[in-house]
Amino acid sequence: MTMTATTDRTLPDPADRRAAAHAFIAGQARWRWPEAVFWLVAAASLVIFPHSLVLAAQVLIAGLFALSLDLILGLGGIVSLGHAAFFGLGAYTAGLLAAHGWNEPLTGLVAAGLVAGLVGFATSFIVVRLKGIALLMVTMGVALLLHEVAQKAHAITGGDDGLQGISMAPILGLFSFDLYGRTAFIYTLAVVFACFLVARRLYNSPFGLALKGMRENGRRVPAIGGSIRRHSALIYTIAAVMAGIAGGLLAQTTEFVSVEVLGFQRSAEVLIMLVLGGAGLLYGGFVGAAVFLVARQILSGIDQTYWFFWLGLMLVLVVLFARNGLLGGAKALLARWRRA
Amino acid sequence: MTSALQTAGLCRNFGALAVTQNVDFVLPVGARQALIGPNGAGKTTFINLLTGLLQPSAGRIRLGGEDITALAPEMRVRRGLVRTFQINTLFPALTPLEAVTLARLEQRGASRRWLGALSGQRAAIDEAYDLLERIGLGADALQETRSLPYGKQRLLEIALALACEPRVLLLDEPAAGVPARESAELFEVIARLPRDLSILFIEHDMELVFRFAERITVLVAGAVLTEGTPAEIASDPQVRQVYLGSAGHG
Repeated sequence: MTMTATTDRTLPDPADRRAAAHAFIAGQARWRWPEAVFWLVAAASLVIFPHSLVLAAQVLIAGLFALSLDLILGLGGIVSLGHAAFFGLGAYTAGLLAAHGWNEPLTGLVAAGLVAGLVGFATSFIVVRLKGIALLMVTMGVALLLHEVAQKAHAITGGDDGLQGISMAPILGLFSFDLYGRTAFIYTLAVVFACFLVARRLYNSPFGLALKGMRENGRRVPAIGGSIRRHSALIYTIAAVMAGIAGGLLAQTTEFVSVEVLGFQRSAEVLIMLVLGGAGLLYGGFVGAAVFLVARQILSGIDQTYWFFWLGLMLVLVVLFARNGLLGGAKALLARWRRA
Repeated sequence: MTSALQTAGLCRNFGALAVTQNVDFVLPVGARQALIGPNGAGKTTFINLLTGLLQPSAGRIRLGGEDITALAPEMRVRRGLVRTFQINTLFPALTPLEAVTLARLEQRGASRRWLGALSGQRAAIDEAYDLLERIGLGADALQETRSLPYGKQRLLEIALALACEPRVLLLDEPAAGVPARESAELFEVIARLPRDLSILFIEHDMELVFRFAERITVLVAGAVLTEGTPAEIASDPQVRQVYLGSAGHG
């Protein structure tokens, strides 16, 4: 993963230094072995957990949703309490299209991303002008607004009963969705990995550097000619597209959409997942989603009513003892171990 | 005398307090001009007004003839009006190479490219590296900024400003907090900058001011008290009484 290390890199010779400068920038984007392990383990779920593929797909979808939040929070420094707005829009777009006959999965996902992106772009003009509590309230307000519209428009969305009648066509006309969730898992993994590659490229792009600059010191950015508002609007729109695709994936793989996709709880949960895993690290959302959803599966099995107690405890402990989430904590431990 | 930067009737009030009062100021092209005045004279406020961090209550600001009073700070930077900060305003976790490359990308209009690799921006990286080498930070280009000694961080402040290709450079106490020997070295770097670059600097160390400034503007209580060559300012009884007499060389 691509964080700057604090090792001594003083080089005596200017010729070496120029080459080292280019190598340093290129090295930031190099794939590390833990990344390969991560994706191999994800793919290996197919054989390791053949009976838990539905949960595994849910983890990947939640991870993608958390990754989209990571783009605005971890990279852009924009806190949102209503990110479910885009997830829900994507879910309803893909769901409604499929319920009304357009059940080709890939174009359905593109539409889900586009609709969420359009609303993200439209609302970005308000969001980039706000900070602190006002920002939290407006992001939350937009999601609540959409939630209420979805609930009220019972004839279109099914309201509280959920959107019924979704039936997906085979992917690329070849692979039908099966009862065990195998196709759904492979489809989800492929889409999530493709989105991750885009996010990773963004992280290591000129724009990624601009966002890191904004996160590090927003006051300096205008003083070097950068526009915080324009940078924020762009990342907000990109994140909305990605959240929309995550929502679309959920609708297509579960063939069901409930108004809960737009709910406050979903916005809060994705924030918890990201904080749990670690913001600004690309993989934090996936780690957080896996821990959150697996813990929920296990803990709610033990005690259906009070499992939130344990989740709360875990969140408090992680925030208190692991700087920047589980992944951030693990990285810090690894760095300390290497120094010792 | 062509002006690089000019203000007319510039005022700024904070409530009933007038911190900038009707300032008519001209910075000629190629100037090496100092802005001095006792603490609280409104020097940094004046820089903040020029760069757009603060909006004036009245008056106009012109950069090379263009009225920039209503422009956003980043648009002023794009037109060549660039500043440094009195307190380090850097990117602590980025390396100087990354920070200066970012400034170059902003100038090149490439900072919003999100599907291309940063390593593909070879020209911007080369320009950033060359600038760091020129300013004496070549050996530190790959260190995290927060791990650099304070004096080098002050140099990086200037490097970031230079990366914006300024026509007018506003230096807000560039040597603040730097030991005397290093601050002289820092001003040597400033003195070596191209002659067509117009520089206005705030400085408290009178020795440095009289060594490097060709003209001096004295600001007292938000208004221009006087302006002149170092010799004129040194012999001005008003200045001696109001500024040098009370604040000494501090």
